[in-house]
Amino acid sequence: MTRLRLTMRTLAALAGLWLFSSSGFAAIDAYPFPNDELRDRYNTLIEELRCPQCLNTNIAGSDAMISKDLRRETHRLLLEGKTDEEILAFMQERYGDFILYDPPVKGSTLFLWLGPIVFFVIGLIVLMRFLRKESGAARELSEEDRKKLEQLLTK
Amino acid sequence: MNQLNKQLLIPLVIFVVLIVVLALGFTLRDPHLLPSELIDRPFPEFSLNALNEEGRVLSREDLMGEVSIVNVWATWCPNCVIEHPELLRISREEGVRLVGVNYNDDPAKARGWLQRYENPFAFIIVDDLGKLGIDLGVYGAPETFIVDANGVIRYKHVGPVSRMTWEQDFSPVIELLRSGEVASRD
Repeated sequence: MTRLRLTMRTLAALAGLWLFSSSGFAAIDAYPFPNDELRDRYNTLIEELRCPQCLNTNIAGSDAMISKDLRRETHRLLLEGKTDEEILAFMQERYGDFILYDPPVKGSTLFLWLGPIVFFVIGLIVLMRFLRKESGAARELSEEDRKKLEQLLTK
Repeated sequence: MNQLNKQLLIPLVIFVVLIVVLALGFTLRDPHLLPSELIDRPFPEFSLNALNEEGRVLSREDLMGEVSIVNVWATWCPNCVIEHPELLRISREEGVRLVGVNYNDDPAKARGWLQRYENPFAFIIVDDLGKLGIDLGVYGAPETFIVDANGVIRYKHVGPVSRMTWEQDFSPVIELLRSGEVASRD
């Protein structure tokens, strides 16, 4: 029972971490927006754009100067009435696929997209072969082993 | 038993291959260096003040006519101090025009910095809001571009310029661009 409670607590902690990981650390620049829809789109966009200087942070979660500039630029483009696609294209034109956390499927990114599936299938095949072998190898205990086991259990 | 031993080796082999691939991937190429999207594209349009000339507004037109080295720098950038002597040497000895982009900086500080370290630039574009920087795909400083006589970006270097950068990268590119110009004029 205590073990179950512990698991629940761990799960709750993990859920908390997950909740705070993406939005909790978002940078605070008080940009004015005329409506909530634009603000929501802004928040989504800065989560989807990767900071060009930091390898693995989005521009929402980065304090780098370039991220600050790109957030300001995103805000400006939104107020100019640009669509999300236009803004992402604007960024991609200048910083390449690197800046998109959701890069387009094409020759150079094929490995990125298919790699996990390939590895998953390889893992599945290995696991299945392993399990099949294990079930085939289930052996009877010898008389001697059984005695030893009993001795250990009754101790 | 032999069969089992061989099977046990498989994960180890995969692991070693993975280590080698990752080691090469992270050492042969600095993951911080992004490929530039702007090579062979025209230098972006801009209309910004000149740092040392009161009232002069610079634009893309000012880059036309000859090959230029466009150096993006700032007073907050430690590597800019490191590369500065080489920029001074290039401007004095190599006969190439250097153009500065003062990026995300305070113009007054920038003037003081140049007085202290000397000015290698023919003119300096004030990009105090970093907007030209974004159009150039700049993500740090220093970054250096080679722009041909038609205002097209031909080469980009991220990080400080050293004597080796000049000899191995800049000099051959500039030579090629200049010979191309001569050829196209014929």
